[in-house]
This record gives sequence, C-alpha cells and structure tokens, in this order.
Amino acid sequence: MVRYVANRLAQAVMLLVIVSAIGFALLHLAPGGPLSQFAVSAQMTQEDLDRVTRQLGLDRPLPIQYLDWFGRMLKGDWGKSYRDGEAVLSVISSHLGATLELMVTATIIAVLLGCWIGMLGALRRYSLFDSLATVGAMIALSIPTFWFGLVTIYVFSVTLGWLPAGNRATIGDGSFLDLLHHLIAPAMVLGLVETAMWSRFMRSSMLEVINQDYIRTARAKGMPEWRILTVHALRNALLPMITVGGLQFPTLLGGALVAETVFTWPGMGRLFLDSIGYRDYPVVMGILMFSAVMVLIGSLVADILYAVVDPRIRVG
Amino acid sequence: MADSTGKFGVGGLHHLGIPNRRQFFQIGAGAAAGWTLAGSAFAQTERPGNPPDKPRGQVIAALSQEPTVFHPLMPGIEVDQGVWWQVFSPLWFIDPDGKFVPDLAREVPTVENGGLSADGLSWKIKLRNDVKWHDGTAFTADDVKFSLELINNPDFRVRNRVGHSLVKAITIVAPDEIHWRMEAPYSPYMSILSLTFIVPKHILEKVSDPNSSPFHNAPVGTGPFRWGERVPGDHIQFNAYAGYHGKGPYVERVVFKYIPDLTVLYTQFRTGQVDYTGLQGILPNFVQEAKTLKARKIFVSSTSSVEHIAPNLEFGPFADGAVREALYLAINKQAIIDALNYGLPMQTESFVPQEAWSFQKGLPQHKYDPTKANALLDAAGWVRGAGGVREKGGVKLEFTNSTTSGNAVREQTQQLLIQDWRAIGASMRVNNMPAAVIWGDFWQQSKFNSVIVGVNFMLGSDPDVTPRFGSGAIPAKGGRGYNTYQYQNAEADRLLAQGAKQFDLAQRKTTYGDLQKLIRNDLAILPLFQGYIVEGVKEGLQGFRPNINTSINCWNIREWYWA
Repeated sequence: MVRYVANRLAQAVMLLVIVSAIGFALLHLAPGGPLSQFAVSAQMTQEDLDRVTRQLGLDRPLPIQYLDWFGRMLKGDWGKSYRDGEAVLSVISSHLGATLELMVTATIIAVLLGCWIGMLGALRRYSLFDSLATVGAMIALSIPTFWFGLVTIYVFSVTLGWLPAGNRATIGDGSFLDLLHHLIAPAMVLGLVETAMWSRFMRSSMLEVINQDYIRTARAKGMPEWRILTVHALRNALLPMITVGGLQFPTLLGGALVAETVFTWPGMGRLFLDSIGYRDYPVVMGILMFSAVMVLIGSLVADILYAVVDPRIRVG
Repeated sequence: MADSTGKFGVGGLHHLGIPNRRQFFQIGAGAAAGWTLAGSAFAQTERPGNPPDKPRGQVIAALSQEPTVFHPLMPGIEVDQGVWWQVFSPLWFIDPDGKFVPDLAREVPTVENGGLSADGLSWKIKLRNDVKWHDGTAFTADDVKFSLELINNPDFRVRNRVGHSLVKAITIVAPDEIHWRMEAPYSPYMSILSLTFIVPKHILEKVSDPNSSPFHNAPVGTGPFRWGERVPGDHIQFNAYAGYHGKGPYVERVVFKYIPDLTVLYTQFRTGQVDYTGLQGILPNFVQEAKTLKARKIFVSSTSSVEHIAPNLEFGPFADGAVREALYLAINKQAIIDALNYGLPMQTESFVPQEAWSFQKGLPQHKYDPTKANALLDAAGWVRGAGGVREKGGVKLEFTNSTTSGNAVREQTQQLLIQDWRAIGASMRVNNMPAAVIWGDFWQQSKFNSVIVGVNFMLGSDPDVTPRFGSGAIPAKGGRGYNTYQYQNAEADRLLAQGAKQFDLAQRKTTYGDLQKLIRNDLAILPLFQGYIVEGVKEGLQGFRPNINTSINCWNIREWYWA
C-alpha cells in the first residue's frame, strides 16, 4: 500500500511540473498582456507601458521568467498580483472560503438528492418516476448554467422576491440566516447539474449491483428488502461513486465559475475569470496550480480509498 | 440640454465668454482647460431640504469593474479613480461646469493672484492649513513636494509623468506654501494637476519599495472617506471621515459593490439591492424599462470618450484620403445611433467632447450619401473588380475591422458597416479579439487595419492631443505616445506645439479649433458618436452630479445624502 501511494504521489508531482510549464507557456504566449487595459482608457504612453513592463520583469526571456517563478514557488513565494499587489496565496485564500461554501453545499445537495433519485430510478426501472428522472437529468445536463442562473434570479428574485438577486451576504449583516438566504439560489443552480450527474451514475451503479447473484441469493434466503438494499446493494453501489466524487472537482469548479459570475459570488471562479481578463499572470498561475493540486488530491484520495476498500486494486 | 431623465445634449460656452489673456490665469488656466457642462444642474436629483448635520445611512454603488489600484499615482483605470476620489484629494478639481475648485490648495493659482508668472514658468501654491490625514497627521507642503518627487522617481511604477517631468526646483516656503519652476511652459499642467492626488509623505517615505507596501492595500488620504475594508472580488467599504476639510460627507458609509455582469448589475438595481449603478451603468436595451421603475431615477450623460472607427493610415487603401472620405459618407451613422444605441448618443465630428470649451462648432457634418461615396471612389480611380470589390493599382479595397469580442453593440455595428461598405465596393471582414489581446501590441503597435474603439482624447480635461495625433507619438515608429493611427501632418504638429505653450484662452480655442478642422478634413479618425453612460440612482438619494471632467461619476459622493 505504501509503495502504491508513493507511486501515485510521484506521478502527481510530475504532472504538476508539466501542468505548470504548459500553463505558464500558454498564458504568456497568448497575445496581450497585463498592461493592455491601460492602452485605451488611461493616459499611459507606450513609453510608460514599456517602463512598467521592465519594472515587472516582463521583458525577460520566457524561460527565465518561468524558472524564476518556479524557483520562488518552491520556496512558497507565489508572487504578487499585478492588479492589487497582494501576495497570490493571500488573494487565493481570500476567495477560497466563498467557493468552498458554494461547492460543498452544492455537493451535499447533489450527493443526497442525486443518489436518492438514482437509487429509486434503478429500483423502479422504466417506471414513470424513472422516466421523469431520466428526462429531468438530460434537461439539467443540457441547460447552460448561466441561463439557468438568470432564470432563477428572474423567477425567485425579480418576480417572487423570495431570494436575493445575488451576493454572498447583505453588506452590514452577514448573520447565518442571511448567508443561508443568499446561498440557496447559487447552490441550487450549481447543484442541479451535479445532481443530474450523480443520479445517472448512481442509477447505473445500482442497476449493476441489484442484478448480481449475491443479491438474488440474499432475496432467496428471505432477507428483508430494506436490509438487502441498505447493507448489500447500496454499499456496493456507492463504491464506484468514490471515483465519481474524486473526479467531480474540475466539473464543480467549472460550474462554480459560471454560478459565481451570475450570482456575484466573490469566489475563485470569478477571480480566475477576472485574472485571465487582466492577464494577471501570477494569480492565474496560482489558481492553476492550486486547482491542479486539488484535482490531483481528489483523484489520489479516490484511488487510495478505492484501494482500501477493494484490495484487488493494489495488486493490480 | 437635458431631457427629463437628465440626458445631455450639446453644451454651450456661456459661462466662460471669451476672456482676455490675463483672465485665462485669473480663472485658472484651468477654467480654460475645463469643460462647460451647461445644464449640469439637470443632472441633480431633486434637492429637498438640506444635507443632514451628521453623516447618516449608507450608499451602495454598483460597479462592473473591480477597483484594485488604491495608490492614486500608480497605473489604474477609471474605476480605480472612483476610490481615489473618496480617499484622497487633489490640489484642485474641476467641477461639472468646468471651473477649477480649490481643494488642498487655498486658491487656484492665477497671474492675478500671483500664483503663476506671466510666462507660465513659475508656480506658487498656497495650501490649506486645516487639513489632516486620516491618521491625524497634519497635511503640509512636504506632502505635495513628496508626491511630485515620487512621480519622477525612476524606481516608482508611476502612471505617467506627462507635465510632471517639467517640474524643477521645488521649494517649500512655509508648511502651507510651495513653489516650483517649470522647465518649459506647459498650459495643460493645470488640468493634469486636477487629477493628481496627493499622497502622505510621513507614511510612504518609510517604505523600502515604493511599489509595494501596506499602504497600497489600506491607503491613508485626506479625502472625505477613510478606508474601511475590502472583500476582494466583492466590495470595498469606506467610512465617513469626520475631519474632512471640505463639504460633507453626509453618509456614514460608501460601499463599492463589484458586479461584473451588466445584466446582473441592472437586476440588482431593479430589486433594490444597490442604490446607484456606476461604471458601466445600465445597458442601453434596459433603458426604456428602467425609466418606468418606481422610485428610481435614470440619467443619461455624455462622457469624454469618442466612439470612432480608427483607420491605420499606413495600411494600403486607408492611406488614400478619398477612400476614407468615401467610407465615411457610406456609413449610415444614424442607424447605428438609433437602432443599435437606442438613440442615446449624440453624433459628433470632433475628437473633443461637445461640452468642452475647446469644442469647435461648425465642422463639416456627416451625411449618409452612398451615391456620392461611389462617385468619389470612381473619380479616385478605384474600379470595381471581381466580386464587386474595388481595386486600384493592384490594391484591393478590402480590410479587416476589429473590436473587443463580446461587445454586442460594436459587433452589431460591424454588421451594419459590412452592409454599408459593400454597397460602395469595399469589403470588410471582422477580426475581433478579447480586450487583453486587442489593446495589446495589436493596437499599440498599429498591427490592425481598422478598429472600432472609444477613446478619451483629452489630457485630463485639456485638448492637448499631442500624444494621440503628434507625428512623434507613433509607437510603431518608436514614438512616445499612442498615435496608433499613425497620423502625420506637419500642420497638426505645428498647432499642437503652439497650443501647449499658449496661455490665452481665446488663442488656445483658435488653435485647437483649427486642429479639429484639420483632423476632421483629413479624417484621421471616422467619428461615430460621443460616448455616453446611463446611470441609475435610487429616489431619495441626493447630490448625484455627472462630471464629464472626471472618469467616473461617483467623484462627489461626499455631497450625496438621503433626503
């Protein structure tokens, strides 16, 4: 097991180096730069732009810039944002809480609701409920998150006035109830697609399990149905969901990016979009590395958990 | 001038008249350099009663861009200026009527009051002695000297040094008086100083790196509001500064709320979550509906930027003046204004905003005349070839047009232009790019054929456009400026050099009037309309005054209050 984990860790580190090199190159080779924003609106001449470019070290050859950045990153110095001069780690951490709040809530909704719908769909295969769940999931997966967010705002905020039309909290309030009130709509929107995915995975996983011989044997032995479902079927059906959970992070982050924009949620997704727009290289690289680490950790944890519950994996 | 919603029209020069040479400095070279925004009173919401004795309530101002640069001398964009107006003060500012108003200075320097020498080289500034920084330290002439020297510090990442680099021999005569000499006369400097915010010496002289210090994220100023807190990506809060030396502030808190999506921004204004919609305001397609909202007031205001088609004058067909004139004649400008911009903006023929004292009336008016355009091209030898596209000497009349991708109105404008120009045998293709790409080297190094862009040509509020149209300001040719059009005209250079040395308003008006005529006749740019912004204010919130002399209309939140 130790060797297995060590192997996976070594692979993860290699991947991180590759991601950083490719990300850095793509970001810097893309046309434009962090000073483009001043070219039209502000009174900065080309000479001013050149001077600031030199001061930021952006006139150096790309490999030198990369090695410099990589060296400092290994020492824990992820650089400073070009936009506000804050340390990158500080910028990321100031947005992380909001995103985690949204993602965790959406995941809880998705796991509970998605697993329940998937399980029930599998048990009542081809029933009206199953058909509705299938159609619903297809619709949810097809709806653009942005559009769904705007419709949610229109219905629940503008028309009914039940929910705020965005923001994480009322400025000057910030009580638990106020936070919860603001969280409902974005979490619902972000959770919808996740719920659809979890329900589909759960349905197929459950179907596979309940058609196994040992379930038939359990039934033949007269074991109560609830016990068969909870003790035998559900536990085994949930096994592949560990992987689903581990690999859901990038999808969830992508969804958060959109939901955060629509609901003016001050999270990482919006920070990433803004930073790309401003070509804030240090922050974009910071978020890229942070996300890559999170994805790798998610995948690693899923692999390890899988290996823990299914020893055959370790052998393989 | 303004309709019931506060819409601005063509401004006048009524408050200025034409002063004589001395009067130029008497009213501050600045009055000269300022705009007139006749009818700015229209922009006021109703003003029942008086402001409260003590600051009361809060204002939540929604902005579609996030302010991130809080050091007011560093490179920032319009939205950052919104923060600087709350926290810092300049020596003087320009009010909506185009008048210079003393702020940290006791009076605006003029020849009459001895603040300026007749040759414009010697400046003597008397400062207020009742101003304190937010940390309680007294503001003195040392702070002004430090700020000017910081701007010229080669290690400091300053926004620009235009005008400031001419300042020499700064002398502190007394804690409330400072003198300096200019290396050369430069009349736009009065206007530049009106947007130069003074920073505290006692804090910044101690920092080891002038580009990075705790001050950069928690600034201390002399403005009406103290820095409160910032939640990155969400909002910035400012608290009323009880020791402010000017009028106000009348609200306890100001919150700049960052809402990047303009549809969401409008929705939050509609649902009452924000009190004011600032940059970039309300989208034109929502304006009619917004006017019907209860307890909301909508203001349509002109801005200093001029929306135009920027031709690269070194690019094949555009080098021919007949082509530019024909293309201009073939644009159905009114359709662009009415159909795509809901009739909100005003046509213009100049790079100078129509409210400015320097605006030249009577420029040749654009007329949509495709027949004349065709005849012009025929006469110039551009003959129709394969596919109906004209050509001359092997050069085809085809080109690309670029703008920021995702800007729906400009993208629709391009579609109209394709149709309009196809009718005269010109072929245009769209080549749009994200903002961070198009305004990089592509724009700065003149790699484009043509671009649709809105540019504020003014230097502060001064019509000195040397960096935009001077032949020495072409970056693609190693010049110092942003003449990306690559416009070169000896007469324009002469007028620009002359205008920057003149201190007489009437003379300057003539000089810059001639320049506008020249640039209009040369069609160095193909102007479409003057920029505009639609802003919403909750009813009951008093004091909102659009100011074309600033980059952002929340310049005077210190005067806002709830009725």
